[in-house]
Amino acid sequence: MSDHGKKPGFFRRAFRLLTSPATTFSMGGLLIGGFVGGILFWGGFHWALELTNTEEFCISCHEMERNFAEYKETVHYNNHSGVRATCPDCHVPKEWQHKIKAKVLASKDVYHTLVGTIDTQEKYDAHRLGMASQSWVKMKKSDSRECRNCHNFEYMDFTIQENRAAANHQQALDEGLTCIDCHQGVAHNLPENYLETYRALVEELADAGEIPAPKGRVVAESLGDIKAFLNAN
Amino acid sequence: MRKYNYVSALAAIAVVLISGVAVADQAGTVKALRNDPLDHINRIDEVLHQETRRFVRNYRQQPPLIPHSIDQYQIDLSANQCLACHDWSNAGDRGAPTLSMTHYLDRDGQQLDAVAGTRWFCNQCHVPQANTPPLVESTFVPSQ
Repeated sequence: MSDHGKKPGFFRRAFRLLTSPATTFSMGGLLIGGFVGGILFWGGFHWALELTNTEEFCISCHEMERNFAEYKETVHYNNHSGVRATCPDCHVPKEWQHKIKAKVLASKDVYHTLVGTIDTQEKYDAHRLGMASQSWVKMKKSDSRECRNCHNFEYMDFTIQENRAAANHQQALDEGLTCIDCHQGVAHNLPENYLETYRALVEELADAGEIPAPKGRVVAESLGDIKAFLNAN
Repeated sequence: MRKYNYVSALAAIAVVLISGVAVADQAGTVKALRNDPLDHINRIDEVLHQETRRFVRNYRQQPPLIPHSIDQYQIDLSANQCLACHDWSNAGDRGAPTLSMTHYLDRDGQQLDAVAGTRWFCNQCHVPQANTPPLVESTFVPSQ
């Protein structure tokens, strides 16, 4: 063989280095160095990730200016108390595993920016129903996880809500519904046929058995049970 | 003057009688703090924050007023969020009043399944109700 006695390749050398015991470094040096290096690496990673979790980052792409303008008219941007929900509060999950998944999937936005999928109003409107559908499916499947970072049935005092809202929230609680079932288009404009499309999507999800039971809540078997209980008392 | 005395005497007797009954009642039974009897679950009154009662029309042809806020509802070329509750296909489930059936007739009087385009923009005729002074003087007189 001609390559007999030749220096091993880069990957082989790297593998050998990693699998053989350290000879020149002290145990303490390795431990402390690894520890400090780990903190710096993790901190840097987290810092960079959080940089992509800001409104400024989101609207730094031209495509996002259009939906940002719509959002500025809504109660999540402009309201009596001055509390705001910015882009990542609704669009990026808080839990680590879901967050990383969302961030990886969001890299497709870079491709669409480069090819200009939604860079005009007409293109945006043509894609609006599809984009909205993606978000609706995501929210229905996760029991509106991101809404519930702030809004929870458990802490809603129905007696200080508008009567109409209180009655509907109670009904939603009884029937195991989730936020997005009624509150589509709270931050962005709705496209044509939004309600028909939403209902069709929910039916598809239900057929596929992908609608989770609401977490942490006891849902009565049927509304009839609740009504019977109330009437009996 | 005599008549005045007569009335006040009657009133005094009435007060004594009523308070006597009240005292007897308190002594006899335990009273619930709220209106329902002790062995019943108290139902709290509805908390009213807005005029949920629908205002009556001021004249026969007046479009009914809206008894709730419509601030964030989208009514434009692509969507009408009022219809999510008030269209005939949703009103039953949502416990909302249905649009008048006249709103499903097109300009030629043909019955449609969906709301007529001529009736699409609800807030051209229907407005949220509020007890406010008129912005301009009106000499409007409804037909009888």
